[in-house]
Amino acid sequence: MHHVIVERWSRRRSWMHARDARVKLAALVALIAASATTPPSHWTAALFYGALALAGVLAARLPVHSLLSRAALVLPFSATFAAVNWLAGDPARASALLWKSYLSAFSVLLFVSCTPLADALRALEWCRVPSLLILIAQFLYRYLFVISEQAQHMRLAAQCRAGGNHDWTFRGAAAALSVLFVRSYSRADGIRQAMNARGFAGRFPALAAPRFTWIDGVFGAAAIAACAGVRVMA
Amino acid sequence: MTPVIRAANLTFSYDDGTRALDGVSFELYPGECVALLGANGSGKTTFALHLNGLLTGEGEIEVCGMELSKENLPPIRRKIGMVFQDSDEQLFMPTVLEDVMFGPLNMGLTPDQAGARARTALERVGMAGLEAKAPYHLSAGQKRRVAVAGVLAMNPEILVLDEPTTYLDPPAERDLAVLLRELPQAKILISHDMPFVRALASRAVFFERGRIVAEGCVNEIVERFGWDLQL
Repeated sequence: MHHVIVERWSRRRSWMHARDARVKLAALVALIAASATTPPSHWTAALFYGALALAGVLAARLPVHSLLSRAALVLPFSATFAAVNWLAGDPARASALLWKSYLSAFSVLLFVSCTPLADALRALEWCRVPSLLILIAQFLYRYLFVISEQAQHMRLAAQCRAGGNHDWTFRGAAAALSVLFVRSYSRADGIRQAMNARGFAGRFPALAAPRFTWIDGVFGAAAIAACAGVRVMA
Repeated sequence: MTPVIRAANLTFSYDDGTRALDGVSFELYPGECVALLGANGSGKTTFALHLNGLLTGEGEIEVCGMELSKENLPPIRRKIGMVFQDSDEQLFMPTVLEDVMFGPLNMGLTPDQAGARARTALERVGMAGLEAKAPYHLSAGQKRRVAVAGVLAMNPEILVLDEPTTYLDPPAERDLAVLLRELPQAKILISHDMPFVRALASRAVFFERGRIVAEGCVNEIVERFGWDLQL
């Protein structure tokens, strides 16, 4: 399960993990903004941005190969639009669409892999992102676990009764999916009750106050300066 | 003596029209442990969910002298600690420690204070050392114990335990009974586990189709309704 692995990665200890989430968020925004506004066909700039993100992965001591392959999940979507541009006779824009979307996905993945969700959302809150959006993001993330757990239970039950013969017709899959969502809804309602019973008032409590150190300041400034530098030179 | 919980003429129907509670009146006194017995679907859990406003029907409920109303929900939920039937629903945070800290943090404690309370509670249920583990990696019995710790960490005045022994092996069940017996809080125990009920409860009420049809000492109720495993 992707989200479980990312959750586990986010709780590791490294130089990168120790940085203030707000600074990491600022660096992420700088990298995405710089790459998004870089003119197409500037491959050298793309390589520099990639190198910056890769340096982040190494500093976070995360598995590079796993991160690279997971970020590729975005490619089928962006490739569709890239193909349209290619067919319209603009191959430079098509390739830029691919590398920019891949780099953005890779950077976001790096951010969530070295920042526990609670800290990341706290950083968004600090940036004045509406609290309703943050709450929805928190619940979406929490319920991912609920849905995947339900899916696993159903898969096991189906395997036990299928005797090795899986008949995954469209109708069967649709029925299983509908049952999965109904069961997840019921489970999610139970979780809501349990949260309310323990005093949940619409905001996940912070586990620790964010601590901004001079190292965070230096890291943030260096990351933003590097992104801006590459962008200006492109 | 003033009851810590007083419910009067409680009535509730689910959306599909099922009448789950039909005029239930109940009182719980400080320090006592009352068992709610009855068949599956007789209204025990529905009744328990009314006590801290998770479900709302008609009738009156008073908890520690406070009338159950929207304004009183936060203090009432601090007074009543609820261990749910399904531990998976109760454990929603990424790690065991964070989950147990969830209640104390919502009560306004600092992370350090909440962490200390959570560690003590985990120790009490024999789960010390598993703080960093993800709840979904625990066995069913361990999940149960963490769920109990999550409630103990809030130090409530009343404990409501819905099938607390499900998935527990006999030694863990015994440990839980010993722990609960030591706790001074008033308790409501919903269980089909008669040895456990006998070890803890001083009084039992029997639910049938959303009504309390009998009330008395545990042995008397068990015998009257044949609520024991006798082959």
